[in-house]
Amino acid sequence: MSEVILEARDLQLRFGGVQAAAGASLTVRADERIAIIGPNGAGKTTFINLCTGYIKPESGSVVFAGRDITALSPRAITRLGIGRSFQIPQLFIENTVMENLLLALSAREGSWSPFLRLDRHPKIDEMWALLDIVGLKQTGHRIVRELPEGMRKLIDIAVALALEPKLIFMDEPTSGVSSHEKFQVMDTLTRALDARATTAIFVEHDMDVVARYASRVAVWSGGRIALEGTPDEILNHPEVLETVIGVGV
Amino acid sequence: MPPEMIFLAALDGIAYGSLIFLVAVGLSLIFGVLGVLNVAHGSFYAIGAYVAASAVLAAGGMGLPTWLAFPLFLAAAILVGVVIGGLVEALLLRRIYGKEEVLQLLVTFAVFMILEDAQKVVFGVRPLFANAPMNWLGTVEVFGIFYTRYQLILIPLVALAVLVGLRLFLRRTSFGRAIVAVTQDREAAMAMGIDATRIYLFTFMIGASLAALGGALSSATTSLTPGIGSGMIVLSFAVAATAGLGRIEGAAVAALMIGLGRSIAVYFAPEFDVLIPYLIMVAVLLIKPEGLFTTVQTRKV
Amino acid sequence: MTRQIIVGALLLIALIVFPLLSPWSTVILTVALCEGLAALGILILLRAGQVSFGHGLFFAFSAYVVAFMAAAKFGREVLLLVPIATAASGLVAALVGLFIVRYRAIFFGMLNLAISMVFFSLLEKLFSITGGADGKRVPRPTLAGMTLERESFEFWMFYITLALAVIAALAVARYLVSPGGKALEAIKSNETRLEYLGVSSRKVLYGAYLTSGLLAGLGGAIIALVSGHVTPELAYWVRSGEFVFIAILGGAGGVAGPFLGALMFQIIRGYAAVYAPETWHAVLGVMLLVIIFFAPAGLYGLILGRKRAGDAT
Repeated sequence: MSEVILEARDLQLRFGGVQAAAGASLTVRADERIAIIGPNGAGKTTFINLCTGYIKPESGSVVFAGRDITALSPRAITRLGIGRSFQIPQLFIENTVMENLLLALSAREGSWSPFLRLDRHPKIDEMWALLDIVGLKQTGHRIVRELPEGMRKLIDIAVALALEPKLIFMDEPTSGVSSHEKFQVMDTLTRALDARATTAIFVEHDMDVVARYASRVAVWSGGRIALEGTPDEILNHPEVLETVIGVGV
Repeated sequence: MPPEMIFLAALDGIAYGSLIFLVAVGLSLIFGVLGVLNVAHGSFYAIGAYVAASAVLAAGGMGLPTWLAFPLFLAAAILVGVVIGGLVEALLLRRIYGKEEVLQLLVTFAVFMILEDAQKVVFGVRPLFANAPMNWLGTVEVFGIFYTRYQLILIPLVALAVLVGLRLFLRRTSFGRAIVAVTQDREAAMAMGIDATRIYLFTFMIGASLAALGGALSSATTSLTPGIGSGMIVLSFAVAATAGLGRIEGAAVAALMIGLGRSIAVYFAPEFDVLIPYLIMVAVLLIKPEGLFTTVQTRKV
Repeated sequence: MTRQIIVGALLLIALIVFPLLSPWSTVILTVALCEGLAALGILILLRAGQVSFGHGLFFAFSAYVVAFMAAAKFGREVLLLVPIATAASGLVAALVGLFIVRYRAIFFGMLNLAISMVFFSLLEKLFSITGGADGKRVPRPTLAGMTLERESFEFWMFYITLALAVIAALAVARYLVSPGGKALEAIKSNETRLEYLGVSSRKVLYGAYLTSGLLAGLGGAIIALVSGHVTPELAYWVRSGEFVFIAILGGAGGVAGPFLGALMFQIIRGYAAVYAPETWHAVLGVMLLVIIFFAPAGLYGLILGRKRAGDAT
């Protein structure tokens, strides 16, 4: 077994009278691909938000690579090596796809020289390679605003990957991709993650994707990880079938 | 500083704070409902002052009794708020709801430039002074110092009435509750069938009238010169920002704080009295960036 | 890109030639360049989606530094006064910026306004130091050690200002296409993503604010020298509003925009002095509304035939 890279311990948070997190705990090892599944509207994104510093828990802690990151800002957490893509893609929509990725590469390299033109960035080849991972090389010169949501979601992932994180959170990575392209995207994405030895945690609704790409599945319910196990165990669990997948047993 | 001096400074501060409360609460109300920071708000204050002073001088010229000034103040405030405020909302602001905040700032800033010149053309640039209403109310003596009843009693009473009145209006009347509903959740309120267009228009008129009322009341205490509006917009912004934009009761507390702070400064370092409101604001914002009375809302990703 | 270079080059040639043909225009053109410099600073902030109604502060601060230094007979030399006064404004921007970059949009705009109005009030109130509303006279300094007559001083000051403006415009153009300049645009479009790239949006904005303060400071220092007089009016909100107006008029798109806007502004001011001397700020207000509602890319955008601001660089 490889070493523990992320450990969320007993995260608690209420807002507006709702218990958004009620003792959420999860231990993640470096070689894992964890799928988080759960009923719609259960607040799976809240868990990502808590782990990446977007919201602070009232109690509990998040430890990343041996370091307590609970109180850190998203910026500091990103710098430590956690990347993130979003349920609603967060991109610079008035800029081109290229510029979005090159800005991420500049952030990673710390290349902020005022004499460097962003569109002549030394890492431009890497930029095209990143776009290739999500199969969107042809969109490089397009303005993000003009692209459909599904493409934006993949670009959002490419931006997160550009930072070369040790661990990446992906919030419904394939939700905007047509069903026959899903596996193709996930195949190249998984290969890229393998090549970089990047740990991945992704929220997913498509159980076919979960079954095929997750090494472990965590079920988010009632503000915590209610169940954990291999895809086989979880996807055949009667309670999960009923509450998450919506199949009565 | 002997205790009675502190007391006297406090009396000054309350009078001053009451006046800026009237203006700031209008600014805050408009922001709370429309989501627009009205840079032209100071102009409503200035125009209210000029209209009121002109009306009082005209009434005096016709030999009408001085007490008539008080209903005239109210009439001037409502007139300015409804006519000019109504026009600004209906012709301009209505087109920019939901646009970038910077664009909204630029539009109200342009309105500010226009109104500042308009008042110079209509009312001239010579100082205007109509203090008859203040003298008519007489003075009272506190610790051997004479205060005008107008500043010591009337202005704070009006401010208090506005505070209580607004509170009752927003909580007890159906129109007021509709305004609150729009402030809290615009989309939900509209889904419930609330006519947002009408709410926006009336809120803007109320807010503008309050600024004009502040101006009308101030017209009896100082001489009016061009530029009073620009001073007031930054001051009322300081109050509203200290309280938290959109906070009505908070604006009253912040106005008092700033009023008291300033009047104490007048005793110690009169050259720097203009600095005090901003120092208070900066100090508050450094500790609570959203203002004193705002509960932080979680953004959504 | 090429069309922008052509527009910029034509503007530059016109500016070089015009004063030779009509010497009366040098002071007006220098003033336009100074206001263009300040508006260039506003343009940088507009890139980040921020607007300042208080850059008169930096404009006035350096102008008063020039006035004090020249009056104190300390460093009565243009080549010394301009850099020192500009740096002084930069220092003020560095201090104010620490506080102001925590805020966006409404607060950013209004806090700038508030700070500049405090400075304006102090300039008026501290009569014994600043000369109050009457301001201070600025004795004409030497230029590179030479004591010049008024006409030749104005003549040389224009060309120096023009050279500085060209350098500033080119440097800003470079900055805007650099990663830092693009990060500035990112503040406007998605600060959340910027933070999740590990980039501090405050630091990015701080750099932009400092640059904008320096540009306004440079403009203010020169305007004090060529007008020979400084007044609190340099810090007044009307002045700050004019910079915003010029930046919007010139279009938020390109670096030649603010200078084009500043020239147009002088022409409008000239006509307004004749036809609408009392209401000329109202005229500006109306024009601002017309630009915002009907030509959001500004004048520069109209010339280049662009529909959207932000396309041109």
